[in-house]
Amino acid sequence: MTARDQHKWSPVLRPIVRQMMSKLYLTAGALLIASAAIIATAAEIPLDQRTSAYPGMSRETRAMQDDDTANPATLWVLDGETLWGTKAGAVNKACADCHAEGSMKGVAARYPALRGGKVFDLEQRINLCHTGQQKAAAPFPFESRELLALTAFIGRQSRGEPIAIDETKLEPAIEMGRKIFFERQGQLSLACAQCHNDNWDRQLAGSPVGQAHPTGYPIYRLEWQSLGSLQRRLRNCMVGMRAEPYALGSPEFVALEAFLMYRARKMKIETPAVRP
Amino acid sequence: MHATRRELLAGAGALCGATCLALRPSQATPDTLRAAIKKVVGNAEVGKGKISMDIPALVENGNVVPLSIAVDSPMTPANYVKAIHIFNEKNPQPNVIDIKLGPRAGKAVVTTRIRLSTAQKVVAIAEMSDGSFWSESVDVIVTLAACLEGTLGETQ
Amino acid sequence: MARPLINVPRKAKRGEVIEIKTLISHIMETGFRTNQMGALVPRDIITLFTCEYDGEEIFRAELHQAVSANPFITFFTTATNSGTMTFKWTGDNNFAVTETASITVE
Repeated sequence: MTARDQHKWSPVLRPIVRQMMSKLYLTAGALLIASAAIIATAAEIPLDQRTSAYPGMSRETRAMQDDDTANPATLWVLDGETLWGTKAGAVNKACADCHAEGSMKGVAARYPALRGGKVFDLEQRINLCHTGQQKAAAPFPFESRELLALTAFIGRQSRGEPIAIDETKLEPAIEMGRKIFFERQGQLSLACAQCHNDNWDRQLAGSPVGQAHPTGYPIYRLEWQSLGSLQRRLRNCMVGMRAEPYALGSPEFVALEAFLMYRARKMKIETPAVRP
Repeated sequence: MHATRRELLAGAGALCGATCLALRPSQATPDTLRAAIKKVVGNAEVGKGKISMDIPALVENGNVVPLSIAVDSPMTPANYVKAIHIFNEKNPQPNVIDIKLGPRAGKAVVTTRIRLSTAQKVVAIAEMSDGSFWSESVDVIVTLAACLEGTLGETQ
Repeated sequence: MARPLINVPRKAKRGEVIEIKTLISHIMETGFRTNQMGALVPRDIITLFTCEYDGEEIFRAELHQAVSANPFITFFTTATNSGTMTFKWTGDNNFAVTETASITVE
């Protein structure tokens, strides 16, 4: 059915058919424009309605996440385990030399965290140790294999733990993150909240929108065919929104992480998750 | 660095995944698929059956499609599956994986993860120890992931 | 680089059919992607995976570009004798990784 066929229809039908056709093309656009017309409410998703993306995934993708021997992220976890025991830096010490076995349990669930008056996410905290304690010459670059491996190794040890960041100490960061989450951005003038608070149960271009909880990071994203951090995923979001993405490690991203972890408080860590 | 993708939505709000169509080699066609299969089976007759393929009907991401193949066979030295060949219909290249088995396998069951560039057929051909060929095919729908890295690609 | 992840039962009964799961880290670059300059990124894939056990090659797979990154392959074999299974992956750019796993068969 194309515009050229319009001459076949009666004058009465023509505008109706044209409207149907434009609806067909603008389905997703209409959804967004409609929701853009509605002021994004300050409402959060009711706590008991929160869910990670896991239940909504296909049986096969869930199976990939559940089975450690089949989860590609395990390759990074094992790498992280090796790095954990490898001596490094000017002091030639391994993480294991200072941190007792099992001491990382629950750690990932309480990051971002405050230290010396500054907010650090887990990646930055690892680098703080790497340069500050191990006295390495340089921090691990963001998204480097080493940093992802260590984050995955540490994160894995919090699997099943409820997310619990220090809301009091992190209040300024959470508020800054909240403001970013509800702020319209980019060429489409969209706020994260419009999709992820107001339309999380719908689909956009064939994919579920989802509530955007950071329960499984770092994730093996099928799209990347690799492990990646929450900030990498957030960059993808911002590019999708046609907004200029923040730089990795920027205060905006750390604040957004803090807000997302606060928003997901008490939800269980799934690290390392598999996501489409 | 990113894979080529088709533009999803023509209308306003084409928000996710709208990367430009980069130069790429011709897609496999039904002819390329037929030729690739012919290379394996020659002029032999190919029976339908004996193979069951477990693959999601609707795939969340074409980069990683779990595939499980089971071929009905006693797997004895007298009667076993010699090889399993997997083909696709529309990727740039028709072959996926070629597997050799023997009676020691015990079970002709193999799983792996494959890439499918678009909705298409996946074809499995099993070669038996008696020289016979069997085939099965499945139609798979592939959706794209939301919010890709796009042309701003780099993670650093 | 990560060592491959191999899952083989540590013990099995003679004649038992056991499942072997293998996972290896590899980008499996198809050679069909273009970089931001528009140039084709050259192919870099694993092309062959084999498993030897008890004196014989018990599994062989020729991989093409359509196998996903970080290839995951599972298959079955009959537990014959105690010993070592040898897994080999080879591919473009002289990629060659060998890994072993032991099994006790009673």
